[in-house]
Amino acid sequence: MNSQIREWCDRIRLAGQSGTALELRGGGTKAFYGHAPEGEVLDTRAWRGVDSYEPTELVITLRAGTPLTEVAEVLAERGQELPFEPPAFGEGATIGGVVAAGLSGPRRMAVGSLRDFVLGCRIVDGKGEVMRFGGQVMKNVAGYDVSRLMAGSMGTLALMLDVSLKVLPRPVADFSLRFEIDQATAINRLNQWGGQPLPIAASFWHEGALYLRLAGAGAAVEAAVRSLGGEALGDDDATRLWREVREQTHPFFGGEAPLWRLSLPTDAPPQAVTGATALEWGGAQRWLRGEHDAVALRKAVAAAGGHATLFRGGDKSVGVFHPLSPVVARINRRIKTALDPHGVFGPGRLYRED
Amino acid sequence: MGQRNEAQLGVKEGDFSYVDRARLIEALKSAVPPECLLVQQEDLRPYECDGLSIYRQVPMAVVLPRTEEQVVAVLKACHHLKAPVVARGAGTGLSGGALPHAHGVVLSLARFNRILDVDAHARIAVVQPGVRNLAISEAAAPHGLYYAPDPSSQIACTIGGNVAENAGGVHCLKYGLTVQNVLRVRGVTIEGEIVEIGGRGPDTPGYDLLALMHGSEGMLAVNTEITVRLTPKPQLARCVLASFDDVAKAGDAVAAVIAAGIIPAGLEMMDQPATAAVEQFVHAGYNLEAAAILLCESDGTPEEVAEEIERMRVVLEASGATEIRISGDEAERLKFWAGRKAAFPAAGRISADYYCMDGTIPRKRVGEMLLAIQGMEKKYGLRCINVFHAGDGNMHPLILFDANRPGELDRAEAFGADILELSVALGGTITGEHGVGVEKINQMCSQFTTAEIGAFFRLKGAFDPDGLLNPGKAIPTLNRCAEYGRLRVSNGQLPHPELERF
Ligand SMILES: Cc1cc2nc3c(=O)[nH]c(=O)nc-3n(C[C@H](O)[C@H](O)[C@H](O)COP(=O)(O)OP(=O)(O)OC[C@H]3O[C@@H](n4cnc5c(N)ncnc54)[C@H](O)[C@@H]3O)c2cc1C
Repeated sequence: MNSQIREWCDRIRLAGQSGTALELRGGGTKAFYGHAPEGEVLDTRAWRGVDSYEPTELVITLRAGTPLTEVAEVLAERGQELPFEPPAFGEGATIGGVVAAGLSGPRRMAVGSLRDFVLGCRIVDGKGEVMRFGGQVMKNVAGYDVSRLMAGSMGTLALMLDVSLKVLPRPVADFSLRFEIDQATAINRLNQWGGQPLPIAASFWHEGALYLRLAGAGAAVEAAVRSLGGEALGDDDATRLWREVREQTHPFFGGEAPLWRLSLPTDAPPQAVTGATALEWGGAQRWLRGEHDAVALRKAVAAAGGHATLFRGGDKSVGVFHPLSPVVARINRRIKTALDPHGVFGPGRLYRED
Repeated sequence: MGQRNEAQLGVKEGDFSYVDRARLIEALKSAVPPECLLVQQEDLRPYECDGLSIYRQVPMAVVLPRTEEQVVAVLKACHHLKAPVVARGAGTGLSGGALPHAHGVVLSLARFNRILDVDAHARIAVVQPGVRNLAISEAAAPHGLYYAPDPSSQIACTIGGNVAENAGGVHCLKYGLTVQNVLRVRGVTIEGEIVEIGGRGPDTPGYDLLALMHGSEGMLAVNTEITVRLTPKPQLARCVLASFDDVAKAGDAVAAVIAAGIIPAGLEMMDQPATAAVEQFVHAGYNLEAAAILLCESDGTPEEVAEEIERMRVVLEASGATEIRISGDEAERLKFWAGRKAAFPAAGRISADYYCMDGTIPRKRVGEMLLAIQGMEKKYGLRCINVFHAGDGNMHPLILFDANRPGELDRAEAFGADILELSVALGGTITGEHGVGVEKINQMCSQFTTAEIGAFFRLKGAFDPDGLLNPGKAIPTLNRCAEYGRLRVSNGQLPHPELERF
């Protein structure tokens, strides 16, 4: 076994014996997300690099500490990409952190979420055992889908060593439009368009302007541009806009006010809540700024069929993630124990035990 | 006819012989009305197997509940008596996933067959698990929508079974598998508790239990309601039919299409024995001289399709296709597909029995695999025809045999096991979409180490601590692996050291 991996296995085993918590950390760019990390830092950046990349297999296998920028470059050389456009949220983001955070970018509704692209992984569990799940092929139902369980687990289940991801060719054409419409109209239009075979890749609404991104075959994008109307965005402006939305550097996300993320059915009506709003994913991802009563907000969002996350800032004592039903909470705890029996990895990062 | 039952499986999994039939039936009688309970031998027979009919087992009872409350009551009763429960959809599974347990209950979801809601605006349908896959698309059709995953069994298989197996179809390359098209699963645990996983929105808090439910073969919970995503019907689809004089060239053409940045709506391959078998009675017009054919589909707007079909044609020609035909209209497109879709029935026509494999391998190893299969045909003295989802490297070799001839079933199974072992050796998996069930449970020992298998059991325990839901399926006991001679020790010697990266 590689000496680095052996060292980590030993360290994890010892941590289990001594009751030490470990914070699995890549670039630390998502430290703001979830409850505050606890424990000794295990820096995954010592394990980096592209293990294998086969453009014609549409699969890349990466060591967890590989910088996201390096992944993007390697893929771009072959005209491919991670189509779920994960946010980096800073310079040093690693692919391990990206998968663990489970966050997807602007094109999520069109192409699928990060977890949809996870094909396999190699992990070290809380007992220091190296294990491999899934693989490098597109379809695989041998055993439970442990690899997808890693997506969004925020370093609380296992140390990810390698991850295999499905990749896709970059769309031939990418073009963005702008419409001046209010939020309710935008939600309605997005749902109507969503029911038609249009190459809609992403959407962003804020302060009376809806931005729509079309991507796909050249002919399809051209035809859609003709039929949808709106005002064309220059290529540079479009690139900047979608990057700012993805990385939350858009002015809407600026300042210190708490940021709430609402995950909702696409057709949920605009919430009766005060504060600035932005909307993405055809209406399925909505952002709120400012102080909100967590209990009331979560009640309203749940009634609309969704859930609310205190994404950035604010008072985390209300719980960062939406409370789980007692049955689901129990299953979550048991899953954690199944992979990390001594509670070594990232205690309390997802839910604080009361 | 040769067949397998529990005793012949060789290794005793959990021992449930303590279950008292009379007490079990008594308990079920108080859980469901009489018309929902079957206990007579002749009534139980139809449930003795699924699509993999070489394994048969009559259960102690079959329940056909109509309501979720009844499901809860049945599960509570079984949990109380520690009796095994096997959920069942349409029974089209090909790995024995719904094979009954001798000391247990089959819980059929056949009466959960209502489509509860089709929300065209939000592009969502809420359905009961016993709804047939195709029925969802039919209900959505008036709105210009459909449910994308389309297993070949879609007229019969249920959405509950699709979730349990993470079913795929010919269009999954572009539109995803079941797991990518389901938003929510509501189920009942063995303890009779309701578990809601997912919702109408794009994601849920906590661990991704929705992913875990997919492909879990009825071993975590019994699904009672499923919310699926509907997709707008493409305006147009056209199909390219390309012939090759060499199987390896056809395999390379698949890679070339992908390398050109094209993701076809479907990309299927059939070898010559397969085209010969189907052509006899579907007359799809395949070139019977060809060593292999590819079906490569494009869908979208008319402009998009025209552009993509042209790109496909160029790539296929450059890859050495000997003949290229492009469907001129919908009738011709359906004719092209008719042959591919008739592959299983055709195998049934030219052979008394057939055995369908499901390994997935990297696309670039397809040629190698086909060559190896030719060698195995000689070794086992059996024929094999090959159809597969080439776009995702998911192969369905159909091994032809006659169970009435002594020894042929054994040879067919050994042939299949060889293919699966080779799939793992080539960097793939023993099952792409049909599940492990009882069929491939031994080969799980080749694909996973003892530590990994231990983790699977612990994850199952998170939902079903007593191991009562579909015991003896999907995850082999270490005892079984030892008997099979494939105990893989963690971090030790792997069967294919070249695949290790450290
Ligand atoms: C001719 C033919 C072609 C096929 N083609 C394809 C194909 O192209 N792609 C593909 O993926 N498969 C294919 N299959 C396999 C099969 O149709 C699928 O696996 C299908 O998903 C099984 O659905 P079912 O309703 O028949 O499930 P069953 O066979 O009844 O059950 C399958 C598994 O699901 C579990 N289960 C069923 N319902 C529930 C529930 N409500 N809750 C929990 N667990 C449940 C069972 O316990 C069992 O483990 C094919 C089969 C045949 C016979």
